[in-house]
Amino acid sequence: MDIFIQQIINGLVLGSIYALVALGYTMVYGILGLINFAHGEVVMIGALTAVTAIGLLVPAGLPGPVVVLCGLLIAIPVCMAVGFTIERIAYRPLRNAPRLAPLITAIGVSIVLQQLAMIGWGRNYHTFPAILPATPHGFMGATITDLQVLIIATAGVLMAALVWLIRHTRLGRAMRATSENPAVARLMGVDVDRVISFTFVLGSALAAVAGLMVAANYSIAHYAMGFMLGLKAFTAAVLGGIGNIGGAMLGGLLLGVIESLGAGYIGDLTGGFLGSHYQDVFAFFVLILVLVFRPSGLMGEKVSERA
Amino acid sequence: MTLPVSSRPLLPLVALSACLLAACGEKPAEVTPAAPIAGAAAVPSITVRLGHVAPLTGPQAHLGKDNENGARLAVEDLNAENFRIGDAVAKFELLGEDDQADPRQGTTVAQKLADSRVNAVIGHLNSGTTIPASRIYHDAGIVQVSPSATNPQYTRQGYKGAFRVFADDVQQGGVLGAFATGRLSVKRIAIIDDRTAYGQGLADEFEKAARAAGAEIVAREYTTDKATDFASILTKVKSMSADLLFYGGMDTQAGPMARQLKTLGLAVPMLFGDGACTVEFHKLAGDGAEGHYCSLPGVPLDKMAGGTAFRDRYKAKFNAEIQLYAPYAYDAVRVVAEAMKVAGSTDATKFLPALAAINYPGLTAQIVFDEKGDIKDGAVTLYQAKAGAWSPLETMGGKATQ
Repeated sequence: MDIFIQQIINGLVLGSIYALVALGYTMVYGILGLINFAHGEVVMIGALTAVTAIGLLVPAGLPGPVVVLCGLLIAIPVCMAVGFTIERIAYRPLRNAPRLAPLITAIGVSIVLQQLAMIGWGRNYHTFPAILPATPHGFMGATITDLQVLIIATAGVLMAALVWLIRHTRLGRAMRATSENPAVARLMGVDVDRVISFTFVLGSALAAVAGLMVAANYSIAHYAMGFMLGLKAFTAAVLGGIGNIGGAMLGGLLLGVIESLGAGYIGDLTGGFLGSHYQDVFAFFVLILVLVFRPSGLMGEKVSERA
Repeated sequence: MTLPVSSRPLLPLVALSACLLAACGEKPAEVTPAAPIAGAAAVPSITVRLGHVAPLTGPQAHLGKDNENGARLAVEDLNAENFRIGDAVAKFELLGEDDQADPRQGTTVAQKLADSRVNAVIGHLNSGTTIPASRIYHDAGIVQVSPSATNPQYTRQGYKGAFRVFADDVQQGGVLGAFATGRLSVKRIAIIDDRTAYGQGLADEFEKAARAAGAEIVAREYTTDKATDFASILTKVKSMSADLLFYGGMDTQAGPMARQLKTLGLAVPMLFGDGACTVEFHKLAGDGAEGHYCSLPGVPLDKMAGGTAFRDRYKAKFNAEIQLYAPYAYDAVRVVAEAMKVAGSTDATKFLPALAAINYPGLTAQIVFDEKGDIKDGAVTLYQAKAGAWSPLETMGGKATQ
């Protein structure tokens, strides 16, 4: 039983990170109907910026949490700028182009960012310094570290804040209006371009937080880390119903837990026929099942036809 | 008539430079008498092109660069020594290629080297790339010496031109198994591997040896050579209450795995093969490195004849620490050059028999190949992580350079 709880905890930590990244995919999709495949690279840039900044700040002798917070405060604006620039350069000029065109530029931007990061940060793995307390605490027979509690809590708070922002602020209303019909929203006085820019910037800020979480929890960051993470988060967004904020959160957490339980129990369940190397396959298999029975995802609404 | 006239003033210069170079060399007695002959015969010179393949991009780039640096150092030494093949001065060139540790890329690069007719290939680094590439080299009649591929299959395909200067997984896995059941005297062992030809191969050999010695394998789990999250498989290992965790794979996974093991509150010693026996491991594992074990074929650098001098020269030249296989890459180049010298030819059909029969005092060991092309009596040394470095515990088997 304690092992089961441990696997759930492992899954929740991983799932919280997936969920934060998935929000970036789902917000952009909800508003533009575009899959921003470069989002995973934004997470990578956030992680590497934070690790570099933290590496420079550690010799200053500040307490660990302060250093990490500083790293985060540096990574967030950097990612925001990257997100803003991506939208300006790669997506805005193609807003009225056929849907395939921005998809191709998205893949292009992803490759460009990855190569730039490789040039800038090199090909090595960058280590996150051990400045956060990593002492494991007992919890119902399982163990959890302060950092992991912090990751789950931060993700929860950020997701709640995002929901509040979308439901209760003028900007959120503008986002919802743009999502429903950009042309009409524009007629009603909504500055659609600004709303779209803001969506990218917001998603990138969440990506920066997720990047720092990955680096801190798995202790490493490197230029190629964004691809698989992005793919998993995209899967999480689709699983929950792409375009749906709540769906992305649910999808992310669910995917994390499924992966964790899959890796932990698949061997025993199949009598050793399938092993933990099917961890990734298991996650995608669940995705296929969900899409077969609920094509719009777990919490997806019927997507209205848009111009 | 213009040709002899224009070349004549050059002759004293050539002879002079040959003498100068000889004076700089380590063994002037051997080279100096040859210099006047070289001058008289207008210095025949031949170019020897060696291909070198290792991952220069991707997570294992630090190891690939290390191999290439080792090979480069050997090439520079050979050129500085005025190395002779037959009666010609050999000029060595190194063609460094990147296989990204990817078997598909490995064969593409191998084909490229085969097409450009290199005299020999040093590499590849990984077993997963070396084995598929070896077929291409075999078909093209190119001699291949891997400094680091340890999967036994590499030299068991019946390719006469495939050699390695490093103990293979059968030797290493056997030593690891004996160490686990003997010195560590553990009963319950969990095994994880990264599903690469190297990781899986070594884990299989270790499992065989450990089982034979009476240990129980309580879990066999898998990851990939690109994974960063090991929480769920480590949790599974925890549930099996193992006394020892063996990981077959590279440092890029072993380091974070050791760290996550500590976060999970699991105080189980880990045992790795050569892929994780690196300087980088300590950086990646952070405070989770302490107390784990690893094995490395060969003897520690300090115990090699000229090992410390090699380390100093490497550091001065590349401004970096030796990661892992650089001394073996150095030896791989030297042993090929030596075979060419013995055969007096750079033609693979001529120097291949010389290489197979070689008995060369290398930097890492006395290099003698068995009938498969594996190094004879390869030593394996076990290390334990202590205060941020691997400290040697014991060396099993093998003969060092006399």
